[in-house]
Amino acid sequence: MSEFIRSVQVHDTIVVPGEVEPLTESERKDIEHEISHYPFKQAATIEALKVVQKYQGWVSDGKVKAIAEILEVSAEEVDGVATFYNKIYRKPVGKKVLGICDSVSCWIMGYPKIMQHACERLDIQPGQTTADGRFTLLPTQCLGACDKGPVMMDGEELVVNLTNEKFDEIVK
Amino acid sequence: MNLPLTARIKPDGSATHLGEYCAAQGYEGLKKALAMAPADVVNFVKDANLRGRGGAGFNTGLKWSFVPQGEASATPKYLVCNADEMEPGTFKDRWLMECDPHQLIEGMIISAYAIQASVAYLFLRADYNLSAQVLQKAIDDAYAAGLLGDNILNTGYDLKFYLHTSAGRYICGEETALINSLEGKRANPRAKPPFPQVSGLFGKPTVVNNVETFCNIPHILLHGVDWFKELGIGEDAGTKLYGVSGKVKNPGCWELPIGTTVREILETHAGGMQDGLKLKGFLPGGGSTDFLTEEHLDLPMDYGTIAKAGSRMGTGTMIVLDDHTCPIGMVLNLTQFFAQESCGWCTPCRNGLPFVRQLLTDIESGKGRMEDLDTLLEYCGYMGPGNTYCALAPGAAEPIQSALKYFKDDFVEHIEKGCCPYAHT
Repeated sequence: MSEFIRSVQVHDTIVVPGEVEPLTESERKDIEHEISHYPFKQAATIEALKVVQKYQGWVSDGKVKAIAEILEVSAEEVDGVATFYNKIYRKPVGKKVLGICDSVSCWIMGYPKIMQHACERLDIQPGQTTADGRFTLLPTQCLGACDKGPVMMDGEELVVNLTNEKFDEIVK
Repeated sequence: MNLPLTARIKPDGSATHLGEYCAAQGYEGLKKALAMAPADVVNFVKDANLRGRGGAGFNTGLKWSFVPQGEASATPKYLVCNADEMEPGTFKDRWLMECDPHQLIEGMIISAYAIQASVAYLFLRADYNLSAQVLQKAIDDAYAAGLLGDNILNTGYDLKFYLHTSAGRYICGEETALINSLEGKRANPRAKPPFPQVSGLFGKPTVVNNVETFCNIPHILLHGVDWFKELGIGEDAGTKLYGVSGKVKNPGCWELPIGTTVREILETHAGGMQDGLKLKGFLPGGGSTDFLTEEHLDLPMDYGTIAKAGSRMGTGTMIVLDDHTCPIGMVLNLTQFFAQESCGWCTPCRNGLPFVRQLLTDIESGKGRMEDLDTLLEYCGYMGPGNTYCALAPGAAEPIQSALKYFKDDFVEHIEKGCCPYAHT
């Protein structure tokens, strides 16, 4: 188990660098809808990050600043939240994120051999993106489908009883 | 057998629609509750002895009774559903949410009424995308039918209801970390007291309950306390969703009377071990519970019995270890999970778990020393109850300390042979 990688992180500085990258009309509209669910704007931080990620694929420094503006908190506060949650990507990812479950039931059912196969097939290590930008491979926590392990998230879709052959079919 | 929680689930697993739900006595429990005084609903659920199905097993009605009431009490009050099902080896709430979403919503409305909450949040983990779609549609349908929003069923009771989808991290399942997460912050746990019932979400009185717990509520209201108590076989009341994963013939999840024996769950429902494999041990209720072994097979799966046997019923979803799988490898995998998922807030967890992970990595790869076994136990003590803000580190210590108890020979063999004797690792 050499790979203890789960999330994509970018920088260690305290100040979020770069210019504000303004929210698109759709992003602003969706974030304002989420804000309406809470008594305080800050409470919508995670939803706001997810909204931007839905449209952009990831959350850039500039978008962190834009989210901070609309939520009326500092960019550092938003960044602290963004880097805490592993399903928020602070670095570009492939068109599809493949999340192979590496938790206990899938381990018993043999996920490490599939992970090894996936790395060889895509020619990347866990946490990396393929050269053509199609796939990012991320080990992921228990996906709550333990009776059907090994399992994987293929983007938004759950794939159960994963085999090398099924994996090849997905990435072909 | 009376199995109320899954009775409406269709054979194809597609979500029960509002019409179908109402045709099968859906929202009848709510009508009954709304005709009662809120305090009476609290007492009714307390008398039913419904114990929290998220793992802690606390009496649900008793938990509700700690919410301050009356004109001088703080408002708004909040109700939160913990649908952050991320305990390794646990896959029960997904079933309830994907297949019968209105049962959960009805349970939440009744519970919100009981504690006089005016806003309810359903906190759903990341990656449960089908659950999110099904629940959002059910919420929209419930609003359209006057079951949510202002003046519910013309009773004058108002409830706003929102779905919150999370973005990962196991720690969000901890009640106070979940509250911080709902506030848009890092999911660090809070020191208790104050307990959430007094000061929770946005500093207001808040009750957090698990999905399966809420799903029991409509049935208790509709059929009564005695009926609910009779559903259980032993000392506990109701039914329980039990699950089995690992190398058994028929892994899955079943609703059974609470107090069904481990043997019946493993052999009758999960079909026993795969051919050629023997049971070596099992975690009775998810990754953060102590191992039990063959000698415990005839115990009823209820809170008290499993606790007396030295473990916890937890989520009721068992993870089975077979005799061809390395127990140290399994514990290492679990420890890696908990080390990764530690929020870093307090020292025993943040520093203890990576250290223990390293010791287990060494032992598993044959580089361990005999004195490491004492060190492991010592660290399980440091990570144990009372030393941390939340239950993550104490839970992480449970499979380690019990593996040292039941599989000591395997640890010793790894150290003496200088390698893992199991073929697959």
